[in-house]
Amino acid sequence: MTDFYIFLEFTLLGLLSSGVAALIALSFVLVYKGTRVVNFAAGEVMMLGAYCYYTAAALWHWPPVLALLAALAAVAVVSTCIEALVLRALAGQPTISILMATIGLASLLHGAVEIAWGQDPLETPALLPRMPLNFGEVMIPGAAIGNFLLAAALIAALVAFFRYTQTGIAMRATASDPVTAATLGVDIRSSQRLTWILSGTTGTVAGALIAGAGSVSPALASTALSVFAVVILGGLDSVAGVILASLIVGWLESLTVGYVGGKMRDVFPYLVVLVILVVRPHGLLGTREIERL
Amino acid sequence: MNAAPPGVELAVEGIRVSFGGLHALRGVSLRAPAGRITAVIGPNGAGKTSLFNAISGFYKPSAGRVLLGDADITATPVHARAAMGLARTFQNVALFRGLSVLQNIKLGGHHAMRSGMLACMLAAPGARREELALRDEVEDRVIDFLELDSVRHKPVEMLSYGLQKRVELARGLAMRPRVLLLDEPVAGMNREETEDMARYILDVQEEWGVTVVLVEHDMGMVMDISHHVAVLNFGELIAQGAPADVARHPEVVRAYLGGEVAAP
Amino acid sequence: MRIGVFFETYRGEEQLWDSPAAKAWLALFALAMLLLPWWGSDYIVAMACIVGIHLVATLGLNITTGGAGLISLSHAAFMGVGCYAVSWFARWGLPFYLALPLAGMLAALIGMLVGLPSLRVKGMYFAIATLAAHFVLGFLFREWTPVTGGPRGVTIPPASLFGLELTGDRRMFYLIYACALALGIAAANLGRSYVGRAFIAVRDRDISAEILGVDLLRTKVLAFMTGAFYAGVAGGLLGYFYGAITSEYFTFSLSVFYLAAIIVGGMGRVLGSVLGAVFMTLVPECLRLLSSATSAWMPSLANLLLPMGQVVFGLLIIGFLILEPHGLAQIWARIRRTFHLWPFRT
Repeated sequence: MTDFYIFLEFTLLGLLSSGVAALIALSFVLVYKGTRVVNFAAGEVMMLGAYCYYTAAALWHWPPVLALLAALAAVAVVSTCIEALVLRALAGQPTISILMATIGLASLLHGAVEIAWGQDPLETPALLPRMPLNFGEVMIPGAAIGNFLLAAALIAALVAFFRYTQTGIAMRATASDPVTAATLGVDIRSSQRLTWILSGTTGTVAGALIAGAGSVSPALASTALSVFAVVILGGLDSVAGVILASLIVGWLESLTVGYVGGKMRDVFPYLVVLVILVVRPHGLLGTREIERL
Repeated sequence: MNAAPPGVELAVEGIRVSFGGLHALRGVSLRAPAGRITAVIGPNGAGKTSLFNAISGFYKPSAGRVLLGDADITATPVHARAAMGLARTFQNVALFRGLSVLQNIKLGGHHAMRSGMLACMLAAPGARREELALRDEVEDRVIDFLELDSVRHKPVEMLSYGLQKRVELARGLAMRPRVLLLDEPVAGMNREETEDMARYILDVQEEWGVTVVLVEHDMGMVMDISHHVAVLNFGELIAQGAPADVARHPEVVRAYLGGEVAAP
Repeated sequence: MRIGVFFETYRGEEQLWDSPAAKAWLALFALAMLLLPWWGSDYIVAMACIVGIHLVATLGLNITTGGAGLISLSHAAFMGVGCYAVSWFARWGLPFYLALPLAGMLAALIGMLVGLPSLRVKGMYFAIATLAAHFVLGFLFREWTPVTGGPRGVTIPPASLFGLELTGDRRMFYLIYACALALGIAAANLGRSYVGRAFIAVRDRDISAEILGVDLLRTKVLAFMTGAFYAGVAGGLLGYFYGAITSEYFTFSLSVFYLAAIIVGGMGRVLGSVLGAVFMTLVPECLRLLSSATSAWMPSLANLLLPMGQVVFGLLIIGFLILEPHGLAQIWARIRRTFHLWPFRT
């Protein structure tokens, strides 16, 4: 029966880790839904958030919650700058230009973080307590459950925000038809700015959770690149799809790493991406776009 | 140089196009006679552009057929229809901003080019000959015809709206079409530009023998130049025939004016 | 247009170099380049070789991304494919004039495998697919030891021409620039042919292109494969030049480097590729010089060359996209026009 327990352990680990992956994927989807921009720098923004949390928690010795708030504030400022300086300036240009700008942004942020904080991993205090929990034969690190619950709570809050609050509805209007929204009195600029800020904060929470699990290092950004697998599987513009996809990808990744070996962790998400693109490019729940000529 | 083959009849039979619950076309059948100018008119939302999109192949009709002459092209992929003689312009000018007028027009000849890519990259004599033959043809038959010589090297984004529409027509002609679909060719033009464009369209039909099908709102122009008119409303064909007959048709009058009007 | 240059035939108007003055300048430049290994110092020759290799890769990316608008993040990985391929072909005794094209074709083949599924859908999916392809190929470079030598890499025996071994920068210089010249002219010819026009049409408005008879999937795959071919050849040249290579060379940063090169240089134009390759090769060099110049009072700068490079690449991409989207080639064209029209203004 130990085989079954091993399987169960991998499964649970995978499902629980999906919470954080979902948050990163969500930061990507928010920007795409809100401004139609594919943000290649999503991983780097998350990394920046993680490092800010590290600075506040480990260097300034602030209590974890306060450190998280500080990181959120810092990333909110950076997100606003990104939206104002880069995306405003490129507003009229074709989509490939904006895509390339986010690639440049990713490079810029990655280099800047490495210059500011160095290349070596840095130990970070945990956001949530780390005690392993035992369910009979199955051992789960406590952080995994805590991360998952926090991520789930945040996602639920976001969904509620978009569905029930005035601001949230205004942002959805801006996303689907900016011109009409503007004529109805919605402030497009602040909607789009808010989208970027929300995206940045989601990424920061994910970053802080990952950091709290051990340490921060520049390699964090590459972990975030694997979020593309989740996003593509779920569908670039579907929040529900992303949640579902992160559960699936998290589970599959955990099984693969557990049974095949640690090296596969790096390449697994990319294989997923290629397979999905062949089979069903718009993912599980994304919309197949019909173009009006 | 080859003359463009004479125009053929374009027909649609029982075309149905729907998007979910929205029925854009509900079983439309109409014929555009060969070598003549046919206008498709109707109030906004009647389904005119959907009809063109179905003929071009962008919308797959859930029922019905599209016939180009004798050939059933309903299942033919979009890009293959060019070689069969179907050309089209767009409502919002769809020129390639990265190219000059001449390069845009030359693209009309794309479907007839046969040189391999490697031959092009090596500037092989056969490839260069084909390219220069295209240039000759485009200059003589299209640029001269539509009086675009003075702007041929200009980037298209620098042209006025009226000139851009003319370039788009030129590009369609460079395809050596047998059927030419014009989607609102004079939208947004003033009186003078409209008259110029109408003259060009008539010249195209008379000198080239092409079947022209146009969607238009400008009733004056439609009545002046069309030989045949089809009227759509709410995705259905409500009248078809000579312009004068269609103008008096009670259904048409009701569709446009919303009520009974005494016959003139 | 130059004042006083007129043509009586279309053939004349469509040549690659369209005036006696252009041809004269070109001849002078060609002569200077031909003699460079004589008058240049070791450093200059080495830099010129590196510029040449970057030029070949940039030309390729400018066809794929600058021409057809397909954002490829796997360019560095295709160079890797070419490099490892050449190491095998050379060890089997194939001469360079067979090994290089074959390496290019292998890279193009892999490009086709990646492109066929992912080019059927929207552009950003393709970018993500190339990202995935880059990391999968990188994984293979690191792990598939029997073929790629794993982390230790491979060695490449030198190229040889009629028994003369092309060792040393001064001899490799001619091989590299012969390739760059041939491939550059090929790219320019592509630009004035119907295939090149079709690429741009697909980039600007693919719906219109389809109406005109352009087979979208086939055209996009062709553009991607061509870019991959160039990258493969560049990778092969890299192999001959360095004699040994490890997987660490072909990073994601390198793909971003080439993207920056075409944006800075000017997308879709051969001159843009030249200017971009030269400019971008100078960037890491300037950073290196800067860090050694300041090594007295900022010793740690030397360790930060890589991240500093990343910051600069990012700034260049964003800066040029905002300020001069058509790149240095546009600035160059403006300067030329001022000279041609002088003393008139417009």
